[in-house]
Amino acid sequence: MYIGVDLGSRTIKVAAWQDGRMVDQQLQESGFEPHEQAREMIKAYNPRYIVATGYGRHLAREHFANGVITEIKAHAMGIHTMLPEATTVVDIGGQDSKVITLNVKGQVTNFQMNDKCAAGTGRFLEIMATSLAYPLTDFGPAALASEEEIQINSMCTVFAESEVISLKNRGIPRQHIARAVHSSVADRIMTMLGRIGFGESIAFSGGVANNPCIVEMIRSRLENVEVNVPDNPSIIGALGASIEAARLGVQA
Amino acid sequence: MWRALDMDVERFDKMRLTLGEIYEKTYLSQVNRPDAMAYFDNMIAEIHGGRIKELLAAKEEGRPVIGTFCVYIPEEIVLAAGGICVGLCGGSQGSVPDAEKILPRNICPMVKSAFGFKAGRICPYFQVLDFVYGETTCDAKKKTWEILDDMVPTHVMEIPQMKNQSDRDMWLTEVKAFKTKVESVTGKEVTIEELRQATRIMNNKRKALQRLNRLRHAKPTPISGKDVLLIEQIAFYDEPVRFTAEVNTLCDELEKRIAAAVAIPNKNAARVMVAGVPMALPNWKLHHLVEGAGAVIVNEESCIGTRYYKDLMDEDAEDMESMLKNLTSRYMQIDCSCFTPNNERIDQVLKEYQESGAQGIIHYSLQFCHTYNIEEIRIRQACEKEGIPYMFIESDYSPEDVGQLQTRVEAFLEQIGD
Repeated sequence: MYIGVDLGSRTIKVAAWQDGRMVDQQLQESGFEPHEQAREMIKAYNPRYIVATGYGRHLAREHFANGVITEIKAHAMGIHTMLPEATTVVDIGGQDSKVITLNVKGQVTNFQMNDKCAAGTGRFLEIMATSLAYPLTDFGPAALASEEEIQINSMCTVFAESEVISLKNRGIPRQHIARAVHSSVADRIMTMLGRIGFGESIAFSGGVANNPCIVEMIRSRLENVEVNVPDNPSIIGALGASIEAARLGVQA
Repeated sequence: MWRALDMDVERFDKMRLTLGEIYEKTYLSQVNRPDAMAYFDNMIAEIHGGRIKELLAAKEEGRPVIGTFCVYIPEEIVLAAGGICVGLCGGSQGSVPDAEKILPRNICPMVKSAFGFKAGRICPYFQVLDFVYGETTCDAKKKTWEILDDMVPTHVMEIPQMKNQSDRDMWLTEVKAFKTKVESVTGKEVTIEELRQATRIMNNKRKALQRLNRLRHAKPTPISGKDVLLIEQIAFYDEPVRFTAEVNTLCDELEKRIAAAVAIPNKNAARVMVAGVPMALPNWKLHHLVEGAGAVIVNEESCIGTRYYKDLMDEDAEDMESMLKNLTSRYMQIDCSCFTPNNERIDQVLKEYQESGAQGIIHYSLQFCHTYNIEEIRIRQACEKEGIPYMFIESDYSPEDVGQLQTRVEAFLEQIGD
């Protein structure tokens, strides 16, 4: 079995690859010793080769992984397997966001990362959801249900939260504020896409791709472009790493 | 000695030790370096000691010691007058907070670092020199000189913004004014023979560095990019004749290495060229990151690198006027982004990419550098047109973004590898 481990900022994902397909997957919130936690998660498999990706990949390699790839390559490989026609990958994770362009072989041709700032990342949505007293999984559907278009002006998560609080205090129904928050994230994603170009088929990966409002907003901001979300977008990085593990493990 | 130079010795001492630790981690941890690197390691070890003593001795003899910040300042003239030209450091995060007490935060880290060394009294070179010579290259420098002048006599050379005939004429006037200023310290006029001799010394230095650059382009390369960067940085403050001899000794050793197929430990390391802004001492951030990720840097298209030594000066001249015209012509070829238009730089980048046998280009800019950040757009377009793998990094000196840069660099190397 070939294992991919994605040690992200908030969660650890594991994908197991065998006989040309993913046969198992796991996701857990990151604890204090992510490399130990990851090691525990993969104990039950009998790994031939382990590739780590994500924020904690070098830590994993120091402790148990055989190799590393960046989350850029991992998402490219994972998406290319699940959605081979994708020309661009948009990955919105817990603390960063990236856009990756691919060639027909699924190789990375270019990428843009925003990893300096929480704006436009899962963290932004999380903070706003708390501020508006929504469980995270309800946040997207609630925003989708609203039809009001209010603007959040602040780019910065901290200032945007202040803005949300003042909107609340003006008596604006929270689902409208929720929609404005989602619009803000969608706009940032569009800016990143604009800088790099995106072709005809965008694939959406990472935890935030589970949010139906963000997906819908991206779709509606683009014309003649497919926006696809694979089953279980959170696992794409780990999946890509497991495919790389299979590729390297066969040669090892 | 440092106390006599009115330095903040307690603080300086701590910084010295930190530099030593960083140097150990960054440089001395490399394996199988050429033996001749020992001289350059020692130059760093003695950077605050031995070389300072040499400068003090020169001052005793009435020889001018002039601090500079830019490759446009004509070293030949200082040398011809018997003086010492010292390129001042501007590559340390440690001196930036001193600058930020006075200067705005959102300006070039190199300007802040250089200024901070003086403001904090933590650089013996600043304390030893007679005066500094700034230049009107970019906005941050131009206006910072006005403030630096309160702390050390600061003269400014006007560098034109374009390269038309009127600009050349103006520049020649500036070069003559520079010569007059230097002569005012020695009290005597520079003769044409002295200038010719100085030109030879500088040309020999440039030729030695050109030789080094050619040798490191071998496949596989016999020396790390970090080591070449170090030598390029030391070129700015070491005694030129001695430095040239040591570089040539190293080159002799590199020739033997190449013949014996001795190379850096990872012979298959991806070959990366860096293009962009200067990397002043002790800014090793990008090289350390890229080579730590398993690649090797094979060329610096930068004021610290080829922009400093790619052009020789014509030694052939009958009189002082022609000599100074040759000098001005030579310096006019420097393709800094502060000039407009600067199309020759695009061609130069492509040319160096081919000559260095690189597999990709990282364009390196310092934060807030308007000219390089905007010029980068056209450099990128030219590289994309040629199908050259390309990445842009904009950073400062702090360790804050090292993790993020590492991910980007690794992803870029994966791209080159595929």
